Amino acid sequence: MSSTIASAQAGSRNATQAFDASGEPPVLRVKNLEVTYYTDSGRAKALDDVSFSLSAGEKMGMVGESGSGKSTMALAMMRMIKPPGRVEGGSVFIDDVDLMALDPKAMRQARLNKIAYIPQGAMNSLNPVMRIGSQMVDAIKSHAPSESRTAIQDRCMHALKSVDLDSSVFGMYAHELSGGMKQRVCIAIGVLLEPKVIIADEPTSALDVVTQRQVMETIDRVQDEINAAVILIGHDMGLMAQFVDKVGVMYAGRLVEVSTVRDMFTDPKHPYSQALISSLPNLDNKGVFQGIPGLAPSLLRLPSGCAFHPRCTKVMDTCPKVRPEVEYLPDGRMVICHLYDEETEH
Amino acid sequence: MSNLLELKNVSKVYSRGLIHAQSNVALRDMSLTLREDEPTIMTVAGESGSGKTTLAMLLLGFITPTTGEIIYRGKNITGLMGKDRLAYRREVQAVFQDPFAVFNPFYTVDHLLTVPIKRFKLAKNRAEARDRMEEALTAVGLRPEDILGRFPHQLSGGQRQRINVARALLLKPRLLIADEPVSMVDASLRANILETLRNLQRDYGVSIIYITHDLTTAYHIAKSIIVLYRGAIMEAGDVDAVIKDPQHPYTKLLVDSIPWPNLDQRWGEHPIVAREAGGVSAGCPFRSRCPSAMDVCATRPPLFRISESQAASCYLHAERPEIVAERLTELLPV
Repeated sequence: MSSTIASAQAGSRNATQAFDASGEPPVLRVKNLEVTYYTDSGRAKALDDVSFSLSAGEKMGMVGESGSGKSTMALAMMRMIKPPGRVEGGSVFIDDVDLMALDPKAMRQARLNKIAYIPQGAMNSLNPVMRIGSQMVDAIKSHAPSESRTAIQDRCMHALKSVDLDSSVFGMYAHELSGGMKQRVCIAIGVLLEPKVIIADEPTSALDVVTQRQVMETIDRVQDEINAAVILIGHDMGLMAQFVDKVGVMYAGRLVEVSTVRDMFTDPKHPYSQALISSLPNLDNKGVFQGIPGLAPSLLRLPSGCAFHPRCTKVMDTCPKVRPEVEYLPDGRMVICHLYDEETEH
Repeated sequence: MSNLLELKNVSKVYSRGLIHAQSNVALRDMSLTLREDEPTIMTVAGESGSGKTTLAMLLLGFITPTTGEIIYRGKNITGLMGKDRLAYRREVQAVFQDPFAVFNPFYTVDHLLTVPIKRFKLAKNRAEARDRMEEALTAVGLRPEDILGRFPHQLSGGQRQRINVARALLLKPRLLIADEPVSMVDASLRANILETLRNLQRDYGVSIIYITHDLTTAYHIAKSIIVLYRGAIMEAGDVDAVIKDPQHPYTKLLVDSIPWPNLDQRWGEHPIVAREAGGVSAGCPFRSRCPSAMDVCATRPPLFRISESQAASCYLHAERPEIVAERLTELLPV
């Protein structure tokens, strides 16, 4: 048993190297992150040994069903998991600072400054009784108390301009803005302090297609400007195809596959990714509703072995018995599935 | 041949202020007919502010039209009383967009399902009511033992939305108004919910008005489509024709903005013109954003008949024959 763990760790070391080989050192490294929710009916492992890394200027998509741990991962990286949830272990490095090791005060400074979070549902995240401007000024003041009033003002105006909003928005209240405008205000607040990492949690799930395109193009442009790494959380594969460089697929708290967007669409490895890709609507298969059979498992009673085995079309004898570990295919892609046991050596 | 639902020149104007009254036309001169014997799925598409939700509210009788009338099985819905009103309330059901806003946080989920059962006397006793609830929940892909007895905050958005569909299913409606039912649900579950809706139409003869901004799901589920922009019909017709070969510049923009899950089909290079605030009083409402706006667009364009089953309200097609709005329904396939 201990040897499997050792080999898994050796594997994760290889991985970091594999991704590092592409160029400069990654700005974000997440290692073995684990989160558990302690509920009345038992422990639910919402995030199970998640590791990945991301370079500056790179865009990564995180897809998965609801309850697969996407948002938990974002919150854990921000250290915003609330009881009954608890971060059980792992580290989140931004450059060389481990966010998990910071004291609460330093973490407070790191949020927005190093790592920013654009929440799901913009309509609910702005304060309805504060003007947009004062919410922006608040954010800057708590991170840079010595900054002069004009500098703060300039920073806010620049941020609003970068998301294509008129400067008059500064004096408005949230109810005066449309959904797309509110979401862009959230992006503006997110990039105020030019963070290294931006996590966008389903930023467009409540917006219509035209506004969605506008918001995504805004994130794209702003990200280019400050060369941040972006994690886009969502379940819309179409949006991922348009936006990200690399896709991570989550299932029942585990990151089951990480591939470049092209590999993901042309040659998905994990059976769950394959099902996701083939369930996509297009103009050629009208009226064919190809969902993924079965239901997402409850985290309280996960199936034994591989959590996906009851829904998997390629299930083998080992799947219900042995929990698959992280494997790296010869081309550097990461997958957690017994199908590829032979292709990789531990 | 009787009509299930008939909209006759329905307009809705929201106005505010007493002395300097400002008015906002949410829906302009809408005429539509759904036949009783031919259940269909009709999509109403458009971006936020296009009047989609106003249409849903009108059909559900939550608001009354400013002008025009809505006839449900031969009776105007604004004046329904007693038995007729109860029947209308049961037969016309809704599924709303935001699964977070429709639950009362103080009650368990059971409450949402037992109220309609009691109200419309759908079950003789507790056990039967429970069976009906479990049946409806299973039909939308939920495990009843996971759901019943839980509070809304313990459920995910996708689960809550499926409970809403289950609630509508429970009542075996004639007309279902689905206002963005899948926009907040996982992609893998979307297929299941859409399939449930289509089966409802096919097996139970329920007509569905599917309101959405997502043309991909519209394409897969619907037979006909109406594209709205700022309360006016831009284009209408057979869903295949409209989405594969859009004729109106606004429909083109919509189709162009779909994030296709295809790496070789990127979003168009054309920058998009942001929508202006405030209403456009005269002329084509899309004029200010339209890449091919002309002088003639200052007057409101009528509907031009493009083909057997497609019409667009745009002067680019001025050489085609005009059709009156009331006869638009004849173009829509069922």
